[in-house]
Amino acid sequence: MSKKNLIVIGNGMVGHHFLEQLVATPAAADFDITVFGEEKLLAYDRVHLSEYFSGSTHTDLAMGTADWYAANNIDLRLGEQVTAIDRAKQTITTPMGDYAYDELVLATGSYPFVPPIKGNDHPHCLVYRTLEDLDSIRASSEGVKTGVVVGGGLLGLEAANALKSLGLEAHVVEFAPRLMPVQLDADGGALLKRKIEELGVQVHTEKATTEIVEGEEARLRMNFSDDTHLETDLIVFSAGIRPQDALARSSDLAMGERGGIVVNDQCTTSDPHIHAIGECALWSEKIFGLVAPGYTMARTLASVLNGDQKAAFTGADMSTKLKLLGVDVGSIGDAHGQTQGARNIRFNDEKAGHYRRMVISEDGKKLLGAILVGDNSHYDTLLQYALNGIELPEQPETLILPESQGGAPTLGPDALPETASICSCHNVSKGDICGVIDAGCTDLGSVKAETKASTGCGGCAALLKNVVDSELEKRGVEVSKDICEHFPYSRQDLFNIVKVNGIRTFQTLIRDHGKGHGCDICKPAVASILATCWNEHILATDHVPLQDTNDTFMANMQKNGTYSIVPRIPGGEITPDKLIVLGEVAKEYDLYTKITGGQRVDLFGATLSQLPEIWEKLIAAGFETGHAYGKSLRTVKSCVGNTWCRYGVQDSVGMAITLENRYKGLRAPHKVKMAVSGCTRECAEAQSKDFGVIATENGWNLYVCGNGGMRPRHGDLFATDLSDEELIRTIDRVVMFYVRTADRLQRTSVWMENLEGGLDYLKQVVLEDSLGICDELEQHMADLVGTYQCEWKTAVEDPEKRKRFREFVNAPEKKDPVQEWTTERDQRRPLLEGEPA
Amino acid sequence: MKARTSWDVVCTVDDLVPESGVAVWTEDGPVAVFYLPHRLPALFAISHTDPFTGKNVLARGITGDLKGQPVVASPLYKQHFNLQTGQCLEDEGVNVETYPILLDGNNVRVEIPAANKESVAA
Repeated sequence: MSKKNLIVIGNGMVGHHFLEQLVATPAAADFDITVFGEEKLLAYDRVHLSEYFSGSTHTDLAMGTADWYAANNIDLRLGEQVTAIDRAKQTITTPMGDYAYDELVLATGSYPFVPPIKGNDHPHCLVYRTLEDLDSIRASSEGVKTGVVVGGGLLGLEAANALKSLGLEAHVVEFAPRLMPVQLDADGGALLKRKIEELGVQVHTEKATTEIVEGEEARLRMNFSDDTHLETDLIVFSAGIRPQDALARSSDLAMGERGGIVVNDQCTTSDPHIHAIGECALWSEKIFGLVAPGYTMARTLASVLNGDQKAAFTGADMSTKLKLLGVDVGSIGDAHGQTQGARNIRFNDEKAGHYRRMVISEDGKKLLGAILVGDNSHYDTLLQYALNGIELPEQPETLILPESQGGAPTLGPDALPETASICSCHNVSKGDICGVIDAGCTDLGSVKAETKASTGCGGCAALLKNVVDSELEKRGVEVSKDICEHFPYSRQDLFNIVKVNGIRTFQTLIRDHGKGHGCDICKPAVASILATCWNEHILATDHVPLQDTNDTFMANMQKNGTYSIVPRIPGGEITPDKLIVLGEVAKEYDLYTKITGGQRVDLFGATLSQLPEIWEKLIAAGFETGHAYGKSLRTVKSCVGNTWCRYGVQDSVGMAITLENRYKGLRAPHKVKMAVSGCTRECAEAQSKDFGVIATENGWNLYVCGNGGMRPRHGDLFATDLSDEELIRTIDRVVMFYVRTADRLQRTSVWMENLEGGLDYLKQVVLEDSLGICDELEQHMADLVGTYQCEWKTAVEDPEKRKRFREFVNAPEKKDPVQEWTTERDQRRPLLEGEPA
Repeated sequence: MKARTSWDVVCTVDDLVPESGVAVWTEDGPVAVFYLPHRLPALFAISHTDPFTGKNVLARGITGDLKGQPVVASPLYKQHFNLQTGQCLEDEGVNVETYPILLDGNNVRVEIPAANKESVAA
């Protein structure tokens, strides 16, 4: 039997999800699949669009890869717009030709609604929907000050956030009397307005724009019906969406009165071979403008095409939980209490800025809906009560009262029924999670990979973790965090034990808190903890045997057993005299010489016994150890900054040197890299470092927990426009908190990803001092900075420590017989295995 | 029974580093001598040559115990070797030479097989 042609028009989130679902069914083998996308880019995550301005790229936001499409034999045709459907011939037309289909799926999504206001076609009137739109907004924002978003709904506030992250003074203009009129009531909307205004976004409600004209102080002026006006340099319309249904309309499919392609419960249109899913589809007179219902339609249609006659779309929960401009907003079910007989319980703390409203059934037993502003910590519990019809406690108000006023603790994962929906984006129930755990998943990562739970909007991450932890615990799976067989503790536990008990040696620690004699896992980890706590010399008698060979000999062992030497060159700035010394030393010892990625010089091929001699010479010339061998600060890379560069706005080299000298020698769970860029052109690539600093007109922006290497990660923007003092204080705190709480060999990027509460939690701890430990963290850092010593200087001055560098203790003149060398590009290098001498 | 040489003095107690190793040169080539003062016996001698790479580095590894066996981890690729038997814990087919070792007053002595002495001499 020959295969049937399946054509999908539209490559957005829902279209992509449909393909993912379909290829997982046996029906995939029956179809040759072709996908047409109007945009030139592969489907990407529109929910997190504003992250495009805080460093995310299309690749970060992409839903899949071209390789995935190729591997599944899907013909992906991006940038090829479908212009017509011929239902009689079952073909579609593009500028490239006609294509025949047996089944056609419309996943064309929606387009932004631009209100019919005179002047809305001005070149600086824009919309917020695609990455291309964002590029236009960015271009329009260059060199100007103010931006207005028309529309105070969910997307409008996201757009305002985007304008703010471009550095514009942002305004929101809303026609309705409050923000988010669909999701919030008057009190909730008012609190949200106040909070957003505190963050520097001006909110203008009950404003109807009558016309847009040329401005006097800015590019544009918006005139309102109440005879007021507002000047702005650009306008972003985000006043709702309209289904992208033109193709369907011109091919005479049944349409809704106000647009939308009419579909039945099987997501099939009035033509049995044409289907529609997502924001272009009108089901039961409703358009769903959220991703979760779109995904549900996609799943339904995949099942339908797979021959499942019972598959049906039966509506979707429109509950939402968001962080808009950093403010928590939640809306569940019948938030406005429109159900007959519905009653309300409200909690409004204007001082703390928390508003919570429960809508309960007439008999008081069921939760129908809820509104949360300012604090979403009650959302998960309330959503579970509403979705699963769990009977409310006798005093339902305890669910939204603060604990100090008798509020009940949140609903534990045990209380949820098997049918409870945990992840609505991917329709994963608690039962599904139990299923994959029974089938062998033993950690959060594998449960996510297996079920896709929490990989959509991510709103259920905390709940998912609780369910997984509780279910694993129930099955007696203990997720061991023990560092090794010698200590029944995690690195963080060991850190606290060492700190609290004032333990200064490994022997004391293992005697009192461990067993056996240690190993190459726990010894270096404990050495690092001891160094962080007490900062004694790593070659002190008690600490020598704990170190990895690189730390023991304060150099990096290479594959032939020789070492490389990396002197510190703070910020990458070096005098010609010092550079000459490096050259002379390298020449004298015939050291292979290479510039590193961290703006310093690496000298390779020194034998153990040569190390102290070489360092004597380097120290005499004013060099210090570069700690290239340690789990510690490596380099602070910098661009040349405003001293020389025509574009630089701050002295990036000076700041890099200050930071490098401050944190040099600090022992951490893993190596730490930093960089400072002198302007937003970011020549120092600071966003790929553990700590990245980018100069602004007003000071410094700090990015944290970036990474290059095997698994690149852009740093998260942590704080903006900091003064020198604020910058250093903030880095002090984050570094010390990392050093105290990370696992062994855990880089900051992974630490951040595993930190419960993530970036927001870290901001609370560091910027708001929520744990009350910031003074202690700063003091600890000050102690470490105050006790810094150049380890190599101390070592070469101490005859006992120098003894350690004898190659053979009984034969000082003896050379290691197995080192064989050759010459390549005028430098000495080791012979490779099997290479003739 | 294998003919043996006398016990060679390879270093003194002062050369040893507690809980760690030092390399000595013997007539059988480079040997790693470990001193683990919290164990009995406290002295171990194995070949200094890492069998996986042929490089002379084992004395520079981290010592410890795994499931009760005294071990050193190669500093290059971190395989563990039993200090008493020379057996590699990660690969059954690999082991390193071990040597009898004892303390004679202030001197550390290692016994080198005669056959190996000759081969080196030749």
